[in-house]
Amino acid sequence: MTTEPIIRVEHLAKRFGTFEAVKDVSFTVNRGDVFGFLGPNGAGKSTTIRCLLSLIRPDAGKVELFGKSYANERSAILANIGSIIEKPDFYRYLSAERNLEIFARISGANVGKKEIAEMLDFVGLGDRGKHKVKGFSHGMKQRLGIAQTLLHQPELIILDEPTTGLDPQGIVEIRNLILRLRTEQNKTVVLSSHQLSEIELIANRMVIINKGKTIVEGAVQDLLDANDLQVRIETDDAGAAKSVIVAAYPTTDVTQLNARELEFPVHKDQVHLINQLLVNAGIPVHAIEPKRKLEDYFMNIISSEHVA
Amino acid sequence: MLLKNTWNEFIKILSKPRSYLGVGALTLLIGIIIFAMKADGKSIISFVTASFEQTLTFNGHILNGYLIAFIILQMLIVHVPLLVALVTGDLIAGEAAMGTIRMLATKPISRTNIVLSKFIAGAAYTLFIIIWMGFLALFVSTALFGTGDVIVLNSDGLVILPEADVLWRFGAGFCVAFLSLLTVSSLSICLSAFAENSIGPIVATMSVIILFTIIGSLDVTVFDSIKPYLFTTHMVSWRSFFEDPVPWSTIRQSVIILVAHNVVLVAIAIVRFNKKDITS
Repeated sequence: MTTEPIIRVEHLAKRFGTFEAVKDVSFTVNRGDVFGFLGPNGAGKSTTIRCLLSLIRPDAGKVELFGKSYANERSAILANIGSIIEKPDFYRYLSAERNLEIFARISGANVGKKEIAEMLDFVGLGDRGKHKVKGFSHGMKQRLGIAQTLLHQPELIILDEPTTGLDPQGIVEIRNLILRLRTEQNKTVVLSSHQLSEIELIANRMVIINKGKTIVEGAVQDLLDANDLQVRIETDDAGAAKSVIVAAYPTTDVTQLNARELEFPVHKDQVHLINQLLVNAGIPVHAIEPKRKLEDYFMNIISSEHVA
Repeated sequence: MLLKNTWNEFIKILSKPRSYLGVGALTLLIGIIIFAMKADGKSIISFVTASFEQTLTFNGHILNGYLIAFIILQMLIVHVPLLVALVTGDLIAGEAAMGTIRMLATKPISRTNIVLSKFIAGAAYTLFIIIWMGFLALFVSTALFGTGDVIVLNSDGLVILPEADVLWRFGAGFCVAFLSLLTVSSLSICLSAFAENSIGPIVATMSVIILFTIIGSLDVTVFDSIKPYLFTTHMVSWRSFFEDPVPWSTIRQSVIILVAHNVVLVAIAIVRFNKKDITS
């Protein structure tokens, strides 16, 4: 993995009147990253993303994309970016095809009717190209937004909540699409999402911001330590199972959730040993599920910020 | 990129139902005026000429298509600004309300070009409205009522313009009327750059026109110094072409002031839009 920076944000600050939306945000996105951009509501995510796209002028700090700044090379930067901000909005009175034509015409790339038809097929709207957008569901608009984002083959893709309003199949499709963009086309993707499980599954690096400041930035694997899991076990007798586990691993903090369920932290290599231990003790194990760690990590980091 | 986005703007204007509202309203209004003239035009003309009949005798085809075109232009030039503002006031603010301004502003086109392309498209729509108005007023009227000399009632008295001397006056009058409507278009685009929904700029544009018109018509000394610089003062300059002799210096002054208004208003819109944080 190359570490050529595609986005460099340093000490970004933006104020709206007396409200400081962003106080001090810094992060770097490298070429080929799928970069998770996380933060609770009101953390300053949207303002930061808008600064990345020159929709908002920062009061202080530096934003550099592809080693260029908006002050001198706005068009050159934007020609290499595809984005969805918050929700894709289109001209409701125009067809999907016509909407894509309009945005393609000013994208700086040579995009024809053939490419538009292919892109509509790609996002599953091939048979809806002639239909007006006003009849589209939120999920369909989201797909059309993805089509608009990718149409001009940008190097950098910025997606703000791309799976909102999509059905489970749509979410999986978008996830696979992002992974393909990274692996097959070496695209760089910045992904802001409330669905932490999605970020955990597809992002290789991430930043968490809160109250307008960067809290933590780094590789997802390093931050979460992928080998340390939090698992939930379902058995016939959670009390007996707890006793067996604590006897074998006295330092493990086992929480009994109810009569049938336990939860505890464990190293990835020990999961099968614990399963064997319980089975050998005559306690049948019906399920072992790893809990999404990013959710816990995120909640811990945000709540510690609140305490601070 | 400017031309490409101007083409986009044409497509948007042509696809919006509100664009046809103005054309429909104009057609209906002109239709009503022509119908009224056909039904009762002679008594209306007699009412106007009655005060002169002690000293003058009117012969010939007074109620003709040219006169009706003049009446239509005089009556509608007050209402057409609303029809223009309805479309042009929506050009920037409507995109902000719809959210498409985000998509537009993240494309590799400068914000200045976005405003300029909207101004050009707005100007083209305004030109279409004027041409449509001219077509209905002049060609439909002359087809139904024939042609003839035009009798125009001015503050100085009656001006009788021979039939052969009328068409060029309509042509020039429509050009100046276009320039005054273009000023309305620029004003609404300028106000649109400050707003997040299209109702505000449309209402504000009409409010400015009403306010300036009232100031222009008030016979108060303190307003005398600003009246020549209000664009509304020059919105009726097209009428100067129907005077004899034509007051060219007055028309020239009006054209300069209207052009200056357009330049200043578009410049304000460009500066504002370039500095605007797009948060919608």
